[in-house]
This record gives sequence, C-alpha cells and structure tokens, in this order.
Amino acid sequence: METKEEKQEFWRWLEYHSVMPGKNWQNADIITAGVDVGSVGSKAVVMADGEMYSWSVMRTGSNSSDSAKKALEWAMEDTGLTVKDLNYIVGTGYGRVNVPMANKAITEIACHAKGANYIWGPTVRTVLDVGGQDVKAIRIDETGKVVSFLMNDKCAAGTGRGMEVIADLLQIPIEEVGKVSLSVTEDPKPVSSTCVVFAKTEAVGLLRQGWSKEKVLAAYMKAMAIRMSELIEKVGCEKDFVITGGQSKNIGIVHRVEEILGIKRLPVPSLEQTGLDPVSAGAIGAALYAKALHEKALRR
Amino acid sequence: MISAGMDLGTQRVKVVILKDNQIVAKSQQISGFEPTKAAEEAFQEALQTAKLSREDIEHITATGAGVKMAPYADSTVSMMGADAKAGAYFFPSARTIIDIGAEDARAVKCDENGVMIDFVVNARCAAGAGTFIEAMARALEVELDDMGSLSLEAEKASPINASCVIFAESDVVSLIHKEEPKTEIARAIFDAMAERVSSMVLRLGINKDIVLVGGVAKDVGFVASLKRRLGTEILIPEEPLYAGAVGAALIAAKKAGRRRR
Repeated sequence: METKEEKQEFWRWLEYHSVMPGKNWQNADIITAGVDVGSVGSKAVVMADGEMYSWSVMRTGSNSSDSAKKALEWAMEDTGLTVKDLNYIVGTGYGRVNVPMANKAITEIACHAKGANYIWGPTVRTVLDVGGQDVKAIRIDETGKVVSFLMNDKCAAGTGRGMEVIADLLQIPIEEVGKVSLSVTEDPKPVSSTCVVFAKTEAVGLLRQGWSKEKVLAAYMKAMAIRMSELIEKVGCEKDFVITGGQSKNIGIVHRVEEILGIKRLPVPSLEQTGLDPVSAGAIGAALYAKALHEKALRR
Repeated sequence: MISAGMDLGTQRVKVVILKDNQIVAKSQQISGFEPTKAAEEAFQEALQTAKLSREDIEHITATGAGVKMAPYADSTVSMMGADAKAGAYFFPSARTIIDIGAEDARAVKCDENGVMIDFVVNARCAAGAGTFIEAMARALEVELDDMGSLSLEAEKASPINASCVIFAESDVVSLIHKEEPKTEIARAIFDAMAERVSSMVLRLGINKDIVLVGGVAKDVGFVASLKRRLGTEILIPEEPLYAGAVGAALIAAKKAGRRRR
C-alpha cells in the first residue's frame, strides 16, 4: 500500500463565493464592484443598485493584481457577468494600487467604515478590523465616515497572520481555534511575549511543561485580545461596537475582547439571508463608494 | 588570580577563564532544553583547555538571560554591566557597546573604566535580534553563514516589510516567487535590522568609539549595514561572541581580588 505523508496546513482557511438567491443583475441600473486585496485574503463584492449581489473570499497569492482579478472573477462565476458589465470598480486593501481593473483606489480604513455602516446601520461608532497583517480601531459617525483611527501594521502580534502561526504550531485547524480556545474552564495567564516569534518559543516551553494545547491556545488568544483592546481603548470605545476582517469569525478572540472591554459587539447577520459578511466589510464599502462615484460621474 | 565568567544566553552558553586578566580558555555550548547541563559541559571543557580544576577558580560570575541556571556561581552581573566591562577591556576607547544576541539586543553607554552609564534594551521584538537573520536565511533557503556575503553583492535592497519577522517571512516568499535576486533580499533584511539597532543606539546618542559584540557581530552583512546606517566606524573584537562571558570573568576577578585583601 502506498502511504503518502503530507504536511497538513493548519492555517489554511476555507475560501468561499456565492450569489444572492433570487437576484437578477440584468434588471439593475448600476452594477458596481469592490475589490479588497488584503495581505492574507482577497475579497470581492458585486452590488446591483447598491444591494448585495455576489461575493467571494479567497487567499491572496504572491501577486496581488492576479489575486484581485481572481477574486472578482470568482465572485462573478456562473452569473453571466463580465468585467465589462461593471459600471465602476473600486479597489481597496493593502494591495489596492494593484487592482488593475479598478477605476479608483480608496483606503481600506474608509471602506471598512462605510462597509460597517452598511452592514449594521447608522448606530455603529467603533469598528475593530482585524486583518491578516494589521489591526485597526476606527471611530465612525452615523454616515459611515471615519472620525479617527489607530492602526498597528508594524508587528504581527494581534493580527490574523500571528494567529495562523500559532494554529500551525499547535496543529489546530484555523477554523476551529476559537472554539477550541474556549474549551478551557478558565483562561490561563496570557503569554508574556508580545512578539509572535517569542510567543511561539514560549508556547513550545509551555507545552513541554505539560500544558494542554487548549490551554496554550487560550493563553495566546488572551494576549492577542489584550493587545487589540488596548488599541480600541486608545481610540476610545463608543457603542455600538462591531468587528470586521478575518478574525471577526474567531469566537475565541471576539469573546475575550468583549470581556476585556466590557461591551458586546453587534451580532453578525446571516450570510445566506443578507449576503453581508464582516470579512468582506472593506469590499462592501468599496462597492458602495463605486456606486456613489459612478452616480457622481453620471450627473456631470 | 584565576576567575571564570559564564554567559547563559538564550541560544548558547559561553564560558571564559581568565588568568591575571588574560583569556586562557573559552568554550561554548548550545543552551538547548537543558541550559544547566550545557553550562556545566562548557565549563568543564574550558577547565580542560586551561588545564585547571574547579578548585583553582577563585570566583565565578554568571550573566545572561539564563543566569538562574548557574546557582553555583559566586556572583552575578547584569548583561549590560558585563558588556560595558568587556567593551572597555577589548578597546579602552569604547564608549558605546552594542550587543546583539539571538533574542535580544542592547546598547550600553560606558565610561573609560568600563562602568555603565546608560543603556537601551530590546527584548520584545525579534526583528532586532539574531533570530531575524536565522528566520530569513530559512525563508531564503540559504545557509546562515552565507547570508552576509550574499548581501554584500547587492547594490540595492528589495522592498520588504521588515518591521516584523513574521511579515518579512511572507514577503520573502513572495519576492522569491517574483524571482527577486536573493542578494537584494538579504541586503533588505540586514538594512532593516540595522535600522532597528541604530534607532536603539541613537536613543543614547552617538558616543564613540562604538564596539559591536554578540554572535551577530560576526555577520559581515549586518556589520556593513550598521556602519552605513550609523555613518561611523565600528570596532569588533576578535571573539565577539564571548564578550558577555569576558565581562563576567573580569568582574569575577575584581570580586576575588577584593576578597583577598
């Protein structure tokens, strides 16, 4: 019998794409798209007359313009839509200047603010966006405009990429880390290292001391949550509070951030029913900006 | 007068034996998972080289992150204190000692007697320590020892997010996919690390002469980047790895001398 040894990639998360059931783009006047090329994930959203039509979330490859193209194509797969049918495209994210088909690039901070306002409504004041290689705490007004923000993009501590590294070390699939980390009865002391490289060494040491994987994971996530909370507190946390970006799916982080801040985030809407995905908040905001820009151009 | 200094680093244990302030033996071992054992082995090896027995050593001073792993030491000294002593021992003109280890980096300001005046430490971020070069050598798939000479062939540095080891790792992978020359990637890594280290040094001010010690001082690529960044000459002793142990041994000799009197 042939045995094949394969190194499992615990960091690898599921990519997905979908179309809103019962929607027809042919009936729409304005079709716009937002493409958010993040350092880890690329997200594309297509909107028909400012309403969710289709979307995709996939891993960013080594070439960001390729990733932008692929994400948009995947969002339009089996819809009959082509790039030519799109009235306006806005690129955002750290690779926003590399979205070749975009009519304009807008910063992801503005797009996340706009997207959060669209997903949850005008009561949102504080947005925590946890991306692959950065963490942002954004204060917004009732129209979804940025009031102020703070960002860490210099250090992997507290980012999705840092989470991937620890998931890989502990050999726990990234989709399950949140649940697994909450299986401990009580949170242990957080890991003392800020740096992910040192935290990794510290985690190995804890495992050698006989700590369970779950306990080590909880200790790491607690440290991550503390770091994020510090950023939010610096910018000032005002209700309503929401979380966007890849880590919005990580209930281990969400739960701990809520606990530290003493505030609950607004619940995440059902993706099947609304098409609204906090992971795609940046792309949603970009698609909305695209609609506004197209309308402005028409008025001229 | 015979004394010994032990530097229990995060990656290596270094031992130096001094006889009348001259180095008569030195030895090193990988700290590994049993730093206590590694320290003992390094110590025994140094004794053998010096043809001495344990009883001949009048005083042992320990330093380093794992200083607690050598409970038999007669005294301990801070890593900064040991650096200052060693810097002045190697170069009497030394006023700033930069020590870069595997997981931490320090800049120490000292006077002409090797007494520490001020210091800055980075032990919280791996991007300013030796680990950074190791991780990048792995990502680039080149031998650690070849990183330096590779970087010297480059005329410019690749654009890279090198503020963080984790981010730099993913950047290096994409740069390799883009077939960016490894020489330029290596240069970018050393430049970024030199940037980190120099910002630490600049907090103390440029106080010449500047001495570089620690394992990373052997890396020609890093030394070139740091010289460029600081815009000044840098003195490097023959055995930079042993600086901490030498400093500790000098302090041990002083303590033993006091005891005699």
